[in-house]
Amino acid sequence: MTPFRVSIAAAVAAVILLLVILELIRSRRLQERYALLWLLTGIVILVLSAWRGLLAKLADLVGIAYPPSALFVLASIFVLTVLLHYSTVISKLSDQNAILAQRLAMLEHRLRTRDDD
Amino acid sequence: MTELAQPAVETVEPELARRRRIAIVPAFNEEHTVERVIEEIRAFDPGFVIVVVDDGSIDRTGFVAERCGVQVLRLPFNLGIGGAVQTGYQYALDNGYELAVQVDGDGQHNPQEIARLVGPILDGNADMVVGTRFAEGGGYRGTRLRRVGIRLFAGLVSLMVGQRVTDTTSGFRAVNRKGIRLFAADYPHDYPEVEATVLVARHRLRMVEVPVVMRIRETGSSSITALRSVYYMVKVLLALFIGLFRRYSTPLEEP
Repeated sequence: MTPFRVSIAAAVAAVILLLVILELIRSRRLQERYALLWLLTGIVILVLSAWRGLLAKLADLVGIAYPPSALFVLASIFVLTVLLHYSTVISKLSDQNAILAQRLAMLEHRLRTRDDD
Repeated sequence: MTELAQPAVETVEPELARRRRIAIVPAFNEEHTVERVIEEIRAFDPGFVIVVVDDGSIDRTGFVAERCGVQVLRLPFNLGIGGAVQTGYQYALDNGYELAVQVDGDGQHNPQEIARLVGPILDGNADMVVGTRFAEGGGYRGTRLRRVGIRLFAGLVSLMVGQRVTDTTSGFRAVNRKGIRLFAADYPHDYPEVEATVLVARHRLRMVEVPVVMRIRETGSSSITALRSVYYMVKVLLALFIGLFRRYSTPLEEP
């Protein structure tokens, strides 16, 4: 069984994470579509820290002797997923950025040649 | 005097003819339908300026629209329906239009029904009018899942805005200058219609629903596939929930 204090600490951390994410969305510094993975992370950590039996069962299932480690393994899996997701987002953004720069160059050229007439 | 032949189309209502009016047609890969949509809008009222927002189509949508002689805004890449529609509203705002209707480029909206959409705006009874498939007199055929989803959001949104709303996913709508100003400044992303309804209510704009019949899509597929439905539901629910705690302050008076 997870030590009680570990559960409390994990639950508090999860709640803080959730509140920060919700505030970021509210103040429009984070779009909903990018927040979903974070929210899922927070909710899963919260559930596992509150429902201590489930964490023990999960740890046992994959052969982790010390249940709190399972919590951290899970958390790092989520963080990796979020990072991978961001890599795809950044790739898309840099593609779009290139397209915008190219369009802008064409427009400026067209404007300049028109001024010369 | 001999009687003149009946014009093929009902002549435009004088009240409508007085307004500077624009039809915003978002289109993403709709090369087969966009021309007909343009022709039907012209058949309803040639006085509508039509702006097609080509949302980064990879087919000939933009080319076909330009050949029809309408205004075409080509987005350099796909922004999604929210971004595309907002581009149209920004164009409407910048060019001083007083009334805008939104008609999908896929042909599911019947431009003849614009008459019903603009009615409450011309009467001064609404700032936004939404064509709904569920209000009395409308007809809707769709998958059961889709209907359940639409009804769920309709119930939630009705509670949030304190007014009965039957169809929050309809993209067939008309707005006055205030609505144009709001949507040009602030319009939701991915699946915008549900959130836009709340947005309008939060800015104390008056919204009215009118029944319309929507056609079955002729080509292409709905942008909401079964796989995306879950994402759609969760994302919109989250946005609605957050919206409850947001302060809305887009200025809507003319500067």
